[in-house]
Amino acid sequence: MTAPAARAPWTPARTGVWVGIAAISMSFAAFTSALIVREGPGSDWQHFRLPPVLYANTLVLLVSSALLEIGRRRQRDGREASSWVAASGILGVAFILGQIVAWRALAAQGVFLASSPSSAFFYVLTVIHAIHVTGGLAGLGYTYRRLVRTPGSAAGVLTAAATYWHFMAALWLYVLFVLVARI
Amino acid sequence: MGKFFAVTVGILTIVSAGIFMFHVWWLPPDISVLGAGIDHQLNETMVASGILFVASQLALAVFVWRSSGSTGPIKIFPGGATPMVVIAVVLVGIEVAVLTLVGSKVWAGLFMVQAPANALQVDVQAEQFAFYFRYAGPDGKFGAMDPSKVSDANNNFFGLDPANDTTARDDIVAATLAIPVNRPILLTMHSRDVGHAFYVPQLRIQQDFVPGLVIPLHFTATQTGKYEIVCTQLCGLGHYNMRAYVEVMSDSDFAQWLKTQANQ
Amino acid sequence: MTTPVRETVAKLTELKHQPPEGFWRRYVFSLDHKVIGRQYLDLALVAVITGMVLSWLMRLHLGYPNASIGVLGPANPSQMTPEYYLQLMTMHGTIMVFFVLTTAPFAGFGNFFLPIQVGAEDMAFPRFNMMSFWVTFLAFVTLVASFFVPEGPALSGWTAYAPLSAIGKEAGPGEGLGQTLWAISIALFCVGQLLGALNFIATTLDLRTKGMSLARMPFSTWAWFTTSVIGLIAFSVLLPACILLILDRVAGTSFFIPAGLVFNDQVQTHSGGSPLLWQHLFWFFGHPEVYIAILPGFGIISHILPAFTRKPLLGPKVLIGCMIAIGFLSYTVWGHHMFLSGMNPFSAILFSVPTLIITIPATIVTLLWIGSIYGARLRITAASLFCLGFVSVFVSGGISGFFLAQPSIDTYLHGTYFVVGHFHFVMGVAAMFGIFAGTYFWFPKMYGRMMNETLGKWHFALTFIGVYCIFMPMHYIGLAGNVRRYSSFTDDYLQPLLPVHKFMTIAALFTGAAQLIFFYNLFRSRFKGPPAPPNPWEATSLEWSTPASPPPFDNFGGKHPVVTQGPNEYGTAGAKDYVMQAGGEA
Repeated sequence: MTAPAARAPWTPARTGVWVGIAAISMSFAAFTSALIVREGPGSDWQHFRLPPVLYANTLVLLVSSALLEIGRRRQRDGREASSWVAASGILGVAFILGQIVAWRALAAQGVFLASSPSSAFFYVLTVIHAIHVTGGLAGLGYTYRRLVRTPGSAAGVLTAAATYWHFMAALWLYVLFVLVARI
Repeated sequence: MGKFFAVTVGILTIVSAGIFMFHVWWLPPDISVLGAGIDHQLNETMVASGILFVASQLALAVFVWRSSGSTGPIKIFPGGATPMVVIAVVLVGIEVAVLTLVGSKVWAGLFMVQAPANALQVDVQAEQFAFYFRYAGPDGKFGAMDPSKVSDANNNFFGLDPANDTTARDDIVAATLAIPVNRPILLTMHSRDVGHAFYVPQLRIQQDFVPGLVIPLHFTATQTGKYEIVCTQLCGLGHYNMRAYVEVMSDSDFAQWLKTQANQ
Repeated sequence: MTTPVRETVAKLTELKHQPPEGFWRRYVFSLDHKVIGRQYLDLALVAVITGMVLSWLMRLHLGYPNASIGVLGPANPSQMTPEYYLQLMTMHGTIMVFFVLTTAPFAGFGNFFLPIQVGAEDMAFPRFNMMSFWVTFLAFVTLVASFFVPEGPALSGWTAYAPLSAIGKEAGPGEGLGQTLWAISIALFCVGQLLGALNFIATTLDLRTKGMSLARMPFSTWAWFTTSVIGLIAFSVLLPACILLILDRVAGTSFFIPAGLVFNDQVQTHSGGSPLLWQHLFWFFGHPEVYIAILPGFGIISHILPAFTRKPLLGPKVLIGCMIAIGFLSYTVWGHHMFLSGMNPFSAILFSVPTLIITIPATIVTLLWIGSIYGARLRITAASLFCLGFVSVFVSGGISGFFLAQPSIDTYLHGTYFVVGHFHFVMGVAAMFGIFAGTYFWFPKMYGRMMNETLGKWHFALTFIGVYCIFMPMHYIGLAGNVRRYSSFTDDYLQPLLPVHKFMTIAALFTGAAQLIFFYNLFRSRFKGPPAPPNPWEATSLEWSTPASPPPFDNFGGKHPVVTQGPNEYGTAGAKDYVMQAGGEA
């Protein structure tokens, strides 16, 4: 540890984010076990092709995470970071829009929530993830405001927001894995 | 007031325990082959937990009596927390281990053993708010069930199709579970709508019906008589009224009963 | 968390409190944990009165089925229909478990006292805290609204088993919109509790004042912290379950509904779902939930008792270890609610083992409380009486668990009144006694006035005897095979038990009447109680070090207390027989 600002101070916001990550992980574990049980005995599981836009959305979310991480490190080194946070947020919005495109693509093929158990889980997992991403966008918005107004004390908030946002990307990779493997 | 509390605890403990001990209200006599295992387990647990119950309540009462309003120097329980941990881990632990080992055997005998080969199979359907029982008839086969053919109005509870399904033609459907005494019985249980359950206290058997599953349950009744079957899984407004009777009869009476039912 | 980091945290401007201004900010949308705690307690008060009235209606019908009493049912004013009984029962259970037992001892007292007990100015996230109350309030309103929709509230019990709860109106009266509102209400409740758990955990870990190590935290704080960790995981599972249930009901999915179900000779189009899936998801939440209901009571009793025995609680570290062990084990036992559900019978043995093992830490804590009274200088007050009573009723309720934990015995006792007696003793009585004890103990600090001790003692005496008269007989009729959740007892073998039901009804009404003494005491003391001294019980923990009762908006008047010992310093030698945690001031 050379520079005193090398690591962001631990704030309750960071504890809060980890607690939130535990809760959200548990919810997705519950959905996953429901999926496994539901797929098991029922012979009505209908596999379908995932809309290809999902993969583009994945890329968008990963780049969004990368931009935010760059911004976090810049802030830690005392450089300007708010534009990186903004860019990350814009890509986050693009992710949500891309998910809407995916849902509409499926609807156009006649695959709806109640069409089959597999489609039901597709919509449930992706919609719930998107809701949490939207919450993360609100957090990014708040972080942006703090960076612009009181940059000196924003390190903790930015670190907390980044942790949550990276978790959204990791969670999406997990959801995608489940979808590819089972849907 | 502390002494009032101590006396009240003492009285409540002794009265409560006494009612248990003297079987003022108790299980009905057991009429099944495997029920004795359950009764034995229950009695063992009653004794062990009774001792724990009375001892801890009386200890509470005595300590409160003696320390209430006391102004002398405080005393720490001899040994501190250690005796508590030892009692719980050793005594309760041993009791738990014994009960588990013995109880598991009882449980396995009830639910993890196949019915004997000579068991009489009865198909049981639960629905809002009745039980129906189906016997295979002389061909020994049960007809297929088709939900789309179910019609309560026509008494076709099981959705059978005797016109096209030969095995269904001699199936006997009754609202009473008639069984021969001292013969293993295998019930295949299914539900037509929501969850239900099958409970006969005297037979010491109970099992949920789960829609979508066919669940086997076997037992052997050792005494003739008529006993109530009641539903114990909340199934709607008629839950309290959902019952049937199991009539345990001699072999010859049972054969006669089957003939009478078949002719109806 | 090392001290330098905490000092950094304490200096961060985002945590500095400004006093609230304006009516709405001060009394309605308050960010102050003390106001939020009182709001939760007031909500729980409304809920418990509602739940209790529902139970009186239920017991009146069970004891006197032919009685002609107004308000017994919407259709026929003088006699209760079976569906109405089940609807009352469902709402009674749901309201009591969620809006009383999870709300009062945990969200209510925990919100008020956890920050103070760790020496903080407020919870870590005051805005989320405010949201958690109002979401919970919305959940309650949604649930109560189900009384006013066509077909009334749900009737599938607080456990809402599928497919009865998932099919919709076809399943019969009581399964219309009311059940959907039930699911929405519970889903909202989960969100509220998750926001609350977030606060409890972050505040306990990050906002402890100087000298307040984890080992020096009061037992009540440890209990609230453990409970919030349990709750975090449990409610995170119930929320998805409720979402899937709502989808089955309104969106045509089949998560819980298998194929080929027939209602009114109509085959349902759902298919492939699993009713057992609902049971697993529900009980994975449901069993930890009952520990969420009781652990704050453990903490409150352990916290209060030493102040009235004037000696340290026996085995403090063992007690905390046992609470944590119980919390952890609570996740391994859920299948004991499902022994007869049709799941693989071998799993019954797997679930039975940890269920029996959990009796060991429960026995240890009970013996620690009893051993703490040995050789005490016991002061009898309403608060201490409810602590002593808690121990007695917890013994009674815990012991019956021994029977139900064994699958072979549960084969007989499942679904009978034995189960009803068991859970009412541990939840309806023991957890309630924890709430009463907390109320009598903390009222002076919360409102700056004393409650009336004589009324409190009468309340205790009548309630203690009353609850034994209501709930102990349930074990006896359960042994006789009396099935639960029945709106009437028409079976032949149940007829000899009807006099017992009458006895329990009379006891229930009598005990309910005794609660009026408590409500009167509560309301009167708010306005006319004698002013409370700063530390009327001569207790040690930080809430008794605040400069005023009720505490100022930032709890300690701008100063952070410095803690120099644990909360168990009673019976010390010298002029004063106790040492306060904030022995030295900052």
